[in-house]
Amino acid sequence: MAQTTPDTGRLIGFPLARIDGPKKVTGTAPYAAEHHPQGCLHGFVTTATIGRGRITRLDLADAAAVPGVVKIYTHENRPRTAWWDRSWKDEVALPGHPFRPLENDRILFDGQPVALVIAETFEAARDAAALIRVSYAAEEPTTDLSAARQDAYVPKQKRNGIAPPPPPRGEPQAAYDRAPHRISAEYWLEGEHHNPMELFGSTVIYEGEGRLTVHDKTQGSQNVQGYLCGIFELQPENVRVYNYFVGGAFGSGLRPGHQVFLATLAALDLRRSVKLELSRQEMFYMRWRPATVQSVKMAADAEGHLVAILHDAIAATSVHEDYQETVVNWSGLAYRCDNVQLSYELAAMNVSTPGDMRAPGAATGFVALECAIDELSYAVGLDPLEMRVLNFVHVDQNEDLQLTSKALHACYREGAARFGWAQRSPKPRSMRDGQDLIGWGMATGIWEATLTQATARARLSKGGKVAVSAAASDIGTGTWTVLAQVGADAFGVLPQQVTVEIGDSSLPKTSVEGGSWTAASTGSAVQAAARAVQATLLRHARTMPGSPLAELSVEQTAIRGGRLVMEINDQAGVALDDILDAAGLSFIEEEAEVAPDAAQAKTFVSYTHSGIFVEVRIDDEVGVIRVSRVVIAVAAGRILNPKTARSQILGGVVMGIGMALHEEGMTDHRLGRIMNHNLAEYHIPAHADIADIDVIFVEEHDAMASPLGVKGLGEIGIVGVAAAVANAIYHATGTRVRHFPITIDKVLFAKEAAE
Amino acid sequence: MLHGPARTTSPTVPVMLTINGKRHDLNLAPFVTLLDLLRGPLTLTGTKKGCDHGQCGACTVLIDGQRINSCLKLAVSLNGAQITTIEGLGTPENLHPLQKAFVEHDAYQCGYCTPGQICSAAGLLAEGHARSREEIRELMSGNLCRCGAYTNIADAIEDVMAATSRSNQPEAAE
Repeated sequence: MAQTTPDTGRLIGFPLARIDGPKKVTGTAPYAAEHHPQGCLHGFVTTATIGRGRITRLDLADAAAVPGVVKIYTHENRPRTAWWDRSWKDEVALPGHPFRPLENDRILFDGQPVALVIAETFEAARDAAALIRVSYAAEEPTTDLSAARQDAYVPKQKRNGIAPPPPPRGEPQAAYDRAPHRISAEYWLEGEHHNPMELFGSTVIYEGEGRLTVHDKTQGSQNVQGYLCGIFELQPENVRVYNYFVGGAFGSGLRPGHQVFLATLAALDLRRSVKLELSRQEMFYMRWRPATVQSVKMAADAEGHLVAILHDAIAATSVHEDYQETVVNWSGLAYRCDNVQLSYELAAMNVSTPGDMRAPGAATGFVALECAIDELSYAVGLDPLEMRVLNFVHVDQNEDLQLTSKALHACYREGAARFGWAQRSPKPRSMRDGQDLIGWGMATGIWEATLTQATARARLSKGGKVAVSAAASDIGTGTWTVLAQVGADAFGVLPQQVTVEIGDSSLPKTSVEGGSWTAASTGSAVQAAARAVQATLLRHARTMPGSPLAELSVEQTAIRGGRLVMEINDQAGVALDDILDAAGLSFIEEEAEVAPDAAQAKTFVSYTHSGIFVEVRIDDEVGVIRVSRVVIAVAAGRILNPKTARSQILGGVVMGIGMALHEEGMTDHRLGRIMNHNLAEYHIPAHADIADIDVIFVEEHDAMASPLGVKGLGEIGIVGVAAAVANAIYHATGTRVRHFPITIDKVLFAKEAAE
Repeated sequence: MLHGPARTTSPTVPVMLTINGKRHDLNLAPFVTLLDLLRGPLTLTGTKKGCDHGQCGACTVLIDGQRINSCLKLAVSLNGAQITTIEGLGTPENLHPLQKAFVEHDAYQCGYCTPGQICSAAGLLAEGHARSREEIRELMSGNLCRCGAYTNIADAIEDVMAATSRSNQPEAAE
């Protein structure tokens, strides 16, 4: 049995069980729609049933007659809100016009909210919403990427924080044309939907004139606060947003959802508290991972060195916003190659605006890149792993930057050893177990290791009580727990002595939780705040009569065993409580900020890396595909908590398996409607789909990636997984399927075509 | 015209439910699901709404010992039933063995599907059909977890199953 209680001083890297765990397993952790203000009203949304056009008539009579209905909001009676687009732009808004629910009679996409019913009970609101009759002047919607790609365009305005493709380098086409080994292929990825288990919901508590307390399902309480204040012209000090517990999000909660807008609108208008929980169906019309078509040309010399990569992507976006993510740039930095040409275009369609979904861009781009290099390895006649090792690169050739660390060789080595890759029979269709074809495939994964600006507060009180706080979120990532560990480590106490405060917009400023940056950024800020407390302690201690610390700088001190001591000699020190007493204080509290190092960024960039090894078993007759084994080795710098870290990677792998085999929004292009907008028909992996997943964290020390040495783990688990599964399917069957998800029909069709 | 005039509410039906050992005498509109009754008027929000269509299992509770999606049950159809929700299995200070195992194995991330997983696992153990890890996976497949904690959930259930079968050794030998 593993040790379950840590020692002080060894807290970072300890597999501490989540501190919020007992609440989660007993149902006592309150999520956004689980607050019960007095006299709370309930909302329900009616959504559009056409993909494009105008509302010509709204018949609300039957709905209004439902007992308990208080008010119905439509574009005809919606209270006034801010006029300018800039007031609607949240912290992570996109180029274009932010969607404004119930703004006018125009329908931009199927599933768009057209009415909000507010009633005394949930049931009354739901039933009334179903009785609203909307007449439309419908126009033909565009939702088919294979048609819309004809009008693809390079986005005029770049999305903040998303690098457009780098300019071409070398002579890509010429190098490709004269290379001895070449592949050229098109890869399709259907649209995916985040589907966190918690429905998007908000409880807006009306506290009096212009004052609100909001519990919202969001990845950033301060982002929602800013958004609401902008639209409804409220004073920031009067609006407090909480997101203590977030039932998954995966990027869908980065931007404020329409539930919080609608619930707030009604609460302010009716001067009453309002709860609005969306339906699962509606969530398919919020954010999504855009359907993307990618073409890759890749060439190698006789030995297998890459000599040319040409990678183009066309991704779906909405007609009102230009959603952008980094899809193709990875192909210019994953492997050594001197002739590279990358392009990225958008195709506007009548869909809700796509949004970041776990490893946005990378998860998509690596599908094409990692399948293409796998295809090329067979063309060259090299083992797929050897092919990747041969083309290893130690720099970022796109930006001409050094890497702060890259323990990818260790990922390949340890992952392959654990998997038993050396026993692989190279020929496709050469491994079998009875009726099952067996395939072994692998892929590389890369994600950015980012530090964002973050502020945190640390407080030390008498008796060794510690509190750390920041407006960070825990969307299942383990933020509560790792911040307790960082705080406990800094003050030499046990995690039980640390109170963590997050999920509250009134706390020190952080960015939204996303991009795998929270542990590195907020964690480092907590450490810095603790350091500031230590400096203040020292300042007081130095003035104490006969202080053994009088001549020391803060770097020469440490906090151990409830005392501020000399770093090199624990015997010389002063008890923390004595310092507080001498200073006449009951606590010391300090705030500190961390921010990216602009000077370092001129020379260095940081990434996390992974090597993924997958075994599939495919029934040769009926084509059923099972992922029987996954080994993933990850290099992500320092691991704060191996238990929660492992879970993050497991989650990424499971979602990657879904991407490979299950997930697709199926749109009827005549109607512009997602026909499988429910969890019975939009398949995500279930218990029976997931067998063994082995997670390895390889040693990696990187003091430059973040002050804590952490690189982040939220995305890396999914990147490359779908490609590794696809590559295993090819190895098993000998036929290549390039259209994701790889469902049974596609495997059977490919088999028939090959025969 | 948009303001609904004050009206009488819908007709109600008397129903008696025992929830986590506590008797509730209620008058309910016939279209109220057990899930909405729990999460709304009774404020037992440990039971989660993930789809409202019986597709995700987040709302799993035990009705007379059987695991059931509470979103698919009308409360008025359950007169006299004994219902156990996650709040009735254990508390943070006094965890049920399954709850304890879920914490130890990190068998969750966001925690939203967790009460349903645990209630479902309790039902599964009571059914006695699952004897292997494969059977656990198969018989737990009605409970989706988008965070992908499946392997850890299987570990947690296996642990508790092994402990239960050890403590029932004499009966199991028959």
